[in-house]
Amino acid sequence: MRITCPLCGDRDRREFYYMGHETYLNRPAADAPLPEWDAYLHLRDNPAGDTQELWQHEAGCGAWVVVTRNTVTHEVKGSELAETYPREART
Amino acid sequence: MRLDGKGRVNRAEEVLFQFDGKYVRGYAGDTVASALLGKGERLMGRSFKYHRPRGPLTAGSEEPNALITVGSGAEQDPNVRATMQEIYDGLEVFSQNAWPSLKTDVMGINDLAAPFLGAGFYYKTFMWPKAFWEKLYEPIIRRAAGLGGLSGEAHPDDAERAFATCDVLVIGAGPAGLMAALTAAKSGASVILCDEQTEAGGRLLSETVDVDGKPGHVWAAEMVQTLRDLGVRIMTRTTITGVFDGGTYGALERVSHHLPNPSADLPRECFWRIHARGAVLAAGALERPIAHPMNDRPGVMLTSAMASYLNRWGVAPGKRIVLFTNNDSAHATAKDLADAGIDTTVIDARSGIAPSGDYLVHAGAKVINTRGHLGLRSVKVRQGTREWDIEADGLGLSGGWNPSVHLTCHMNGRPTWNPEIHAFVPTPGSVPGLEAAGAAMGNFSTHGALKSGIFRARKVLESLDLKPASIQTPVADDTPLGLAPLWAVDAPGRAWLDFQNDVTTKDVHQAAKENFQSVEHMKRYTTQGMATDQGKSSNVGALAVLAEATGRDIPGTGTTTFRPPYVPTAIGTMGAGAKGKGFAPERFTTSYANALQMGAPMIEAGLWYRPSYFPRTGEKTWRDACDREVNMVRDAVGVADVSTLGKIDIQGPDAAKLLDFVYINTFSTLKPGRVRYGVMLREDGFVMDDGTTACIAPDHYVMTTTTAAAGNVMKHLEFVTQALHPEWDVSIISTTEAWAQFSVAGPKARELINSLTDTQVDNDSFPFMACGAIDVLGVAGRLFRISFSGEHAYEVAVPARYGAALWRDLVARSELLGGGAYGMEALNVLRIEKGFVTHAEIMGRVTARDIGMGRMISAKKDCIGKAAASRPVLMASREELVGLRPVDPNTKIDAGGHLYNIGDRVHRETDQGYATSACYSPTLNTYMALAFVRDGTARLGERIRFVDRLRGVDAEVEICHPVFLDPEGGRARG
Repeated sequence: MRITCPLCGDRDRREFYYMGHETYLNRPAADAPLPEWDAYLHLRDNPAGDTQELWQHEAGCGAWVVVTRNTVTHEVKGSELAETYPREART
Repeated sequence: MRLDGKGRVNRAEEVLFQFDGKYVRGYAGDTVASALLGKGERLMGRSFKYHRPRGPLTAGSEEPNALITVGSGAEQDPNVRATMQEIYDGLEVFSQNAWPSLKTDVMGINDLAAPFLGAGFYYKTFMWPKAFWEKLYEPIIRRAAGLGGLSGEAHPDDAERAFATCDVLVIGAGPAGLMAALTAAKSGASVILCDEQTEAGGRLLSETVDVDGKPGHVWAAEMVQTLRDLGVRIMTRTTITGVFDGGTYGALERVSHHLPNPSADLPRECFWRIHARGAVLAAGALERPIAHPMNDRPGVMLTSAMASYLNRWGVAPGKRIVLFTNNDSAHATAKDLADAGIDTTVIDARSGIAPSGDYLVHAGAKVINTRGHLGLRSVKVRQGTREWDIEADGLGLSGGWNPSVHLTCHMNGRPTWNPEIHAFVPTPGSVPGLEAAGAAMGNFSTHGALKSGIFRARKVLESLDLKPASIQTPVADDTPLGLAPLWAVDAPGRAWLDFQNDVTTKDVHQAAKENFQSVEHMKRYTTQGMATDQGKSSNVGALAVLAEATGRDIPGTGTTTFRPPYVPTAIGTMGAGAKGKGFAPERFTTSYANALQMGAPMIEAGLWYRPSYFPRTGEKTWRDACDREVNMVRDAVGVADVSTLGKIDIQGPDAAKLLDFVYINTFSTLKPGRVRYGVMLREDGFVMDDGTTACIAPDHYVMTTTTAAAGNVMKHLEFVTQALHPEWDVSIISTTEAWAQFSVAGPKARELINSLTDTQVDNDSFPFMACGAIDVLGVAGRLFRISFSGEHAYEVAVPARYGAALWRDLVARSELLGGGAYGMEALNVLRIEKGFVTHAEIMGRVTARDIGMGRMISAKKDCIGKAAASRPVLMASREELVGLRPVDPNTKIDAGGHLYNIGDRVHRETDQGYATSACYSPTLNTYMALAFVRDGTARLGERIRFVDRLRGVDAEVEICHPVFLDPEGGRARG
């Protein structure tokens, strides 16, 4: 599997560390109700198709990257720096 | 038998090797199979189940029969295909699965019992009693049925791994592959051309075909030179074993299997990971046999194999040869055989076929039986109602061709049945970026292959936005196969489909009859295609027989899938470079060499190696050394290398914001020149790590992490700064390796420090938790007054290049003060006496509250993990950090022991907690432990039962405060 690091280019996926769905970018407010925190920490969809997930180019530049990957075909369709990836509007 | 003037082996260079202990002479360029056939030796193996005598069926990597063991002892390699192993002087190979010898195999008796040993026999027979299967039946069956054995010794770690990238990977260097590589190279692509044979050319080496008016092998050799001149990387003896996501291909290169005295720096094999933006699969096609009764005798082989032995190795596959075919390709071989002076007869299942050379044809005829136990003697033919025997020592089978679709199935693709050529072909798009060409796509003629190679390469190049160069298709033969399907001959007797696993047409019929009609069920019931050749020459034939038995057509019956690796590949080769140091690289501190000189045994701490203790004369056990080192620190001064702790340099206007956010306590109030202890949580509320952070200057901090969590904390900070708060102006970098850092601990610590520097420190200028720049013997360093021992202590840091020198100096100075170096054992005792936690305690399932630091969580700010740490379940009754002292101080208690209320039965449900760290304290003269006990802080003074069944300890201990020594902290401040 290959992932394109927006800074370093096309790389073997073994250079990357996998974290999980990009939900982790949308951290609830400190005083958000517990169910919201529960959803942030633990509740994930399990899509058959495209999903956005967080990887770190750990053995490279260290960039955190949001990778669009198809869970059925494993096709990696794109990647963006987590730094500039659009966040969900906080309620 | 060798034929003069034929073949590509070097007849001037004789090679001597051993087969089953007997010397065999061959020529440079021979395989074991071609050399043995050259000596008229057809018998090379015994079959898996019936122990039937077998000779080579093929001349390539798909060989099911001629399996041999190469070498002996630790280097023994079983199940090597005799058709692939090149010979060299001194090579020793052995036949397999035969005892006492290949010719007289006792287990050949299995063959007589064949009527009872059909598919499902074992499942039906060895059902009862149940316990007998594992202990009796299976071991006996396994011993009788078999392949080559392993030596039982560790195989020398002599494989390598390598990586390569290219624009276009061309798999197979036959006519299609050569043209694909030419097209890609001329279009400016970087090209790797792989072929598993010893030289490029593919079928052009085995057949007498002309390309552009030249003999095929001459054209191929010229083309190879052209490709080299164009910069194409040609990798022979290299099999593409698998296709993986994103254009990654696994490749097995046989580097030195063929060399008599390989240079010591050559690996035996190399496992490549090739990343290709596009690929052309030009792996050709594999000929399929015809299932007729007794089609497995030594001397029976595929017609294409006969062509290879004749044209490539100059070996006559027999003196009198019969070819049994249903297509035209066998007639080209018949002509070659006849031209070489071999008596040749073609039995063609099709009617109205005339010979195309000086050989005999019986059209509309079939082979219905054979004779000859250890080697073919005659072939029985039926034509209409007439049956007769033909004397023959060679029988060539040609049932058509199966395109090598295997790699296109590795990403879950399924091949498509092409009714025009009666074969499965790759389904386009099965592997993104890969196009199949030539015979692999069903273009069987030489012209078709050449043209297809160009065409498919163009498609790949276009997808890569490269403009394809215009390439002329060379002139070559374009005769179609003219195949009329024939899978199995309807005649009494056993007709083999899978030669290696001894599966016959009867077994497939029986599977169908017993309702194992799905191809996946049939496969598992009969073991069809499950041998080391993965059914390369038999799967399609078995499918056709199953289709007929179940009244379905072939596409309706389906197909089994192919998975990597394409050829048997040693696990050790796939994992090359990932054993030992390749698996766990070693990290050494600057004091490592000196610690070894001092006789310190090393222990692993992650990838680091740290000294366990520094033994002195007269000390008998590690405890002697450890106790002495602890006393040394408590009474005088000790020095220890603490460079392995993670060090992260944090700078920027928002540095303090970052620290406040990742630590539970506040750091924005920390003044330059001061150090603070902090605890950080994971977002789920559990403790991630602890350590100190020093404020070096405004907006400049140095964080230390534990040795174990250094990498994780760095990753965590990078996540916070990039993903959660990219708007913060803060930079972080790991400086762990940049600084050598040493702990100087004990009442005489300041005396030692002041001997190093002109910048004299005292308690007012440099109090507990102070930090600052220091001149260390002329080197700009840093000094931190922090303590992990509870003593008056410092950590002194210098750039790593001065580490070794400073360490030796510190050891010498400390010894003059009555102290010395201390190791991990003493460090551990010192911190347990003080109740300081390590990852033995903060092991991932404890909260800050559990370790008595719940009140450190600042109410004034948010931090990672704060919300989750306030979950009711984490605020309820939990196991809390306490100390344990055995009632009898000499009772040795260890980490891992569990705690129970006195009077309770020892049971999971009554468990009160467990010990995490333990030691003998030479300071307090007692064993002691840190432990987590349910509601422990409220139970100080209580006696509880300590049970360690592993070590046979069952004793009463007292729950106490986790800080055993100097709870007020006066020693560290003094």
